[in-house]
Amino acid sequence: MGLEKILGLKQSEITKAWFDQVVKTYHGDSSHFLLDVKDPFSNPVGATTFKALGEVFEALISGKTRSEIIPLLDPPIRIRAVQEFSPSQAVSFVFFLKNVVRHCLEKEIKNTEISEKELSNFDDKVDGLSLIAFDIYMGCREQIFKFRAEHVKSRTLKLLEKADILCEVPEVGTEIIPHNVYKNGGFENT
Amino acid sequence: MDIKPEEMIKINTKPPAKHWMDIPADLSEGKFCYPAKAKSLEYLHLPNPRDWSPADEDWKLPENWQQIIHEGFKERLDKYRSLKVFMDVCVRCGACADKCHFYIGSGDPKNMPVLRAELLRSIYRNDFTTLGKIFGRLAGARKLTPLVIKEWFSYFYQCTECRRCSVFCPYGIDTAEITMMARELLNLIGVNIHWIKDPVSNCSRTGNHLGIQPQNFKEIIEFFCEDIEEITGVAINPSFNRKGAEVLFVTPSGDAFADPGTYTFMGYLMLFEHIGLDYTLSTYASEGGNFGLFTSSDMMKKLNAKMYHEAKRLGVKYIIGGECGHMWRVINQYMDTMNGPADFLDVPKSPITGTVFENAASTKMIHIAEFTADLIKHNKLKLDPKRNDHLKVTWHDSCNTARAMGLLDEPRHVLNAVCNNVFEMPPSTTREYTFCCGSGSGTNTEEIMEQRLRGGLPRANAVKYVHDKYGVNMLGCVCAIDRAVLPPLMNYWVPGVEVTGLHELVGNALVMDGEIERTMNLRMEDLPGAEGDSDE
Repeated sequence: MGLEKILGLKQSEITKAWFDQVVKTYHGDSSHFLLDVKDPFSNPVGATTFKALGEVFEALISGKTRSEIIPLLDPPIRIRAVQEFSPSQAVSFVFFLKNVVRHCLEKEIKNTEISEKELSNFDDKVDGLSLIAFDIYMGCREQIFKFRAEHVKSRTLKLLEKADILCEVPEVGTEIIPHNVYKNGGFENT
Repeated sequence: MDIKPEEMIKINTKPPAKHWMDIPADLSEGKFCYPAKAKSLEYLHLPNPRDWSPADEDWKLPENWQQIIHEGFKERLDKYRSLKVFMDVCVRCGACADKCHFYIGSGDPKNMPVLRAELLRSIYRNDFTTLGKIFGRLAGARKLTPLVIKEWFSYFYQCTECRRCSVFCPYGIDTAEITMMARELLNLIGVNIHWIKDPVSNCSRTGNHLGIQPQNFKEIIEFFCEDIEEITGVAINPSFNRKGAEVLFVTPSGDAFADPGTYTFMGYLMLFEHIGLDYTLSTYASEGGNFGLFTSSDMMKKLNAKMYHEAKRLGVKYIIGGECGHMWRVINQYMDTMNGPADFLDVPKSPITGTVFENAASTKMIHIAEFTADLIKHNKLKLDPKRNDHLKVTWHDSCNTARAMGLLDEPRHVLNAVCNNVFEMPPSTTREYTFCCGSGSGTNTEEIMEQRLRGGLPRANAVKYVHDKYGVNMLGCVCAIDRAVLPPLMNYWVPGVEVTGLHELVGNALVMDGEIERTMNLRMEDLPGAEGDSDE
């Protein structure tokens, strides 16, 4: 039986083990709370992460593409991007999958049911997944920076407009001086 | 602690080695609200004005700061029986632990309401209980050190005083009041934040948080009236500071200044015009919000009194308040014993329906949602809810109106009359169980955007559910802070959901006498089916 098939059979066991590891990246006193994923509204972090890990793992072993994986991996990264993690800590959980798989497939590896090459290929997939995670993480952070910038910009701009210090460019056709008078920088006649 | 590259993806499976008392708060850049400016504190005659940063080692506290905190604590324990009870009665059952949106969003144990309260309670035990004095840490007590002050500053500004935890406490401990006390104590030694002190000093000077001058306030409202005329063809001329009006209308200044609150303000103006209400706006009491609530009882009293002074000066019969959150907490829970009863005013009586609002018999101030709900119940409004048919709306119960005044059904009554597509979020996240926006109690500042986003996660998560299930594209609320902070929250967690105040929806549905055919909504966006008409 090939690796992909074994991983498929052990999918729920692997997802659970992976999730347990991810929860351990949080403060120890909170693991009990985060592991209880029955109610997604009282524990959105745990429930969202658990669901996402299952979907991401399935996508990974069924050979889904980057654009198909992004929406699945986005929710937990989006959460970790606003929690008190460093960038590396925020995405590190992707790499846990390598050890989780080795641990769950200990027997099969020992019995050489799975080849080194197969395992190495799987590791490559996880590495690729980590790069996708990095892109998502940066996208989230850039969005937050944008919120901050927009907040300051809209506050200031509005004030300046209200005080008649700045005004917007008028719509073409409504301006007092036609917009194309200085089309070439005012050097039309020289 | 430095680690090797191969250790970077290893996880620590050991239980935390340190007791919570030994883990200092992280106050590196980006993890705190900016401190108040010296000039704001000077203007307000508050102690210890200076330039400082929470990231600094030395916070430049007054020399006798420990004594100030101790005496301030004692004074408050004597003054407020509730504080004494809250300090003593908690049995640490943990019912509140996982109910806080900051804990849910961060997983940081010090955001469990019980542990956040312990930050203060541990000092209480040390200073005021025999057990604590004798057994120290064994009895949950600890000495007041600069690290404790830093921890208070960090975690009592990670509480939005939303009071969700209190709903679950079997003893009814109001954790928000514990936060309020901690912030009062911090204020005694000049440890406070810019985003609260600036509005408070502005409000003391110009009558509103934003520092809008009277002439500008008037201009802004007139600008709204121009927009309303363009959209509806109806000219509105509200009065300002008019003596003898029946009603004084006071709303948060956010409605005058920040979108989408501005559209809500337009909705108020249209409603009052539609029913011919005899009301006036004040350019002095131009703020319903009360950031004094997040400072001290004295400051809260001062800012609250301003509205009542103005009502007295103008000789109105009663006050209608706009869509604000914490203003209503002050009115319903504190105003009566601070500045009330407002005997010089009448018990609010709707001039249109004759309904007497006995619930406001002492404060003489009613919420516009109850006023409008009453109008609708008596069929006094001409409404065309089809104009809101492109919207699928869900309702966010704003914490203070929901939990501090029980305003749960009135906004829904209005909402269902002006919108045909309303979808509720799961019951564990609405009404008195509502989740906070994550940015209340003066923490809606951009430097702590991450904190706000993770604090707002539980709210957004429930919105996402109705967005995915029913295609909800609009989140309604009755709070100006909500209207300011929910848009980025939605943008981050649930793109495709916009935010509106209740009376923006009312304004859009309202069929006004003499109006032209509506082709635009109050945001001047084309109404579906009338695309392009607004350009003609």
